[in-house]
Amino acid sequence: MSQKTEKLIDKKGLRIDGRKPDELRPIKIEVGVLSNADGSAYIEQGKNKILAAVYGPKELHPKHLALPDRMVLRCRYHMAPFSVQERKSPAPSRREIELSKVIREAIEPAVFVEYYPRTAVDIFIEVLQADGSTRCTSITAASLALADAGIPMRDLVAACSAGKVEDMIVLDLNDVEDKVGTADVPVAYMPNLGVITLLQMDGILTSEEFEKAVNLAIEGCMKIYAMQREALKAKYVSVKEVEE
Amino acid sequence: MPTFFERRQLVVPGDLLAEGDYVAGENTFKSNNKIYASRIGLVEYEDNKVNVVALRAFYIPRVGDTVIGTVVEVGFNGWVVDINAPYLALLRASEVLNRSFKPQKDDLTQVLDVGDLVVAKIASYDRTHNPQLSVDEPGLGKITRGQIVKITPTKIPRVIGKKGSMISMIKQETGCHIILGQNGIILITGKSPEDEELAIMAIHKIEEEAHTTGLTDRILQLIRKEKEKKGGLKT
Repeated sequence: MSQKTEKLIDKKGLRIDGRKPDELRPIKIEVGVLSNADGSAYIEQGKNKILAAVYGPKELHPKHLALPDRMVLRCRYHMAPFSVQERKSPAPSRREIELSKVIREAIEPAVFVEYYPRTAVDIFIEVLQADGSTRCTSITAASLALADAGIPMRDLVAACSAGKVEDMIVLDLNDVEDKVGTADVPVAYMPNLGVITLLQMDGILTSEEFEKAVNLAIEGCMKIYAMQREALKAKYVSVKEVEE
Repeated sequence: MPTFFERRQLVVPGDLLAEGDYVAGENTFKSNNKIYASRIGLVEYEDNKVNVVALRAFYIPRVGDTVIGTVVEVGFNGWVVDINAPYLALLRASEVLNRSFKPQKDDLTQVLDVGDLVVAKIASYDRTHNPQLSVDEPGLGKITRGQIVKITPTKIPRVIGKKGSMISMIKQETGCHIILGQNGIILITGKSPEDEELAIMAIHKIEEEAHTTGLTDRILQLIRKEKEKKGGLKT
C-alpha cells in the first residue's frame, strides 16, 4: 500500500477517526426501504453503506434443492463495483462467495427454518460502500430485513467486530484499522438468548487478548441491538401514533 | 409469573414476553420456561396464554380457509394455483368437472386457463404435501367479473370486524358483493365500477389503519361522505 503508516492511535489514546477504543462508529438504520422486496433494511455504519433485501418464503426452484424438513436459506453478499477505492469486478469473487456462506450460517440459527419445509428464503446483501467489518454490518442489516419480511425468528442478530490495533483492543474496526492492525475478531450475537452465531479471528492474539476482544465485541453487539430494535419499531410507530 | 410488556405494546422478534407458567400462543415460542416473540407485532396476554398479533406475516394455508388464487399452470389432470402462500396449491380436474375426468375427451384449458382467478376452499394441507383445493360449494369456482384487492393476510380479520360488523357494513353501504380470501386477496363485485371503487377505497383505508380503535364508525362516515360527493356530481 502506498499509504504512509501513520499512527493508528494518538497520544491521547484516540483512534485514527477520533474514536475512543471502545466506541462504535455512528450508525443509522432504516427498515422497509424497498417496496418490491418482502423485507428490507438499509444501514450506515461509519462509511459502510449496506442494503439488504429478503424475498420469500416461496417455492424453491429447481425443486430437487428443496429440503423435506426445513426451509432453505440462500444468501448473496455482493459488493458494488463502486464500493471500494479501486473498481471491483462485479462478478462474485472467492471472498464474496465465502462471506455469503459465513453470513448465512450466522443468521440461520435465528430463523425457524423447520416451520416451513420445502420453501426458500433469499437474502440479498448489496454493499454500496465498504469501510471495514462489512460482514458484521451485513449481518445486522440482513436480520432486520428478515424480521421486516415477517419470517419467524428466535431473536434478532446483531454483529460487531473487535480487534487489536497497536497493542490495544478496540471495538468496531474500520478499513484502515482492519488492514494495518494486528487482529480482527468479528462476532455475531443473539442478545436475548445469549448465543454467539459467528466468531472468526484473523491475525494473532494471546488468549487473554482474544477473550477481551470477544467480550468487547459482545458489548458492541448489545449497543447495535438497541439501535436495531429502535429502527424496526420506528417503521410502525407512525401507525401507533394514530391510535392515541 | 411476571410479564414484561403491557397489552398491545409493540414487540420485535426475541423480546422476552413472559416467564413462568404461560402458554406460548401465536407468533411466540417457549424456551427455558420463558416466552419470547418470534415476529414483530402487538402483544396480547389472555389468561395464561401469550399471543403476538403479527404486523408482518405471510399466508400459511389452513384446511377450510376460503382463498382466491390465480391459475399458473394447466397440468394433465388438474391445475396449479398460486394462492399467495409459500406453497402452490393443486386443484384436481374431477373436482371442477363434478365427474371423473377423461383425458381423451376433456380439454382442461376450456374450463380454466392460465391467468384465470378462482375462489376455492383448502381441502387438505400438511407440512409434507402442498395444499389441495376444492370448489364443491356454492359461490366457489371461476371468477368471471369484479375487481381484486390485495392486502396483508394478517389484516383480513380486521376487514371482517367483530362478528362480521365491518364487512357487512361495507356490503350494505356500497351494495357490493365481497368475497374475502384468507390469503389476503379480496374479490369485489358491484353493480357499477363506482360502487366497487368505493369498497376498494374503504378496504385500503382499513389496511392502513388496522391498529386503530373505532375504525368501523370512521369507515362508515368515510363511505357516506364519498357517496355524497359522487351523488352531488351526478345531479
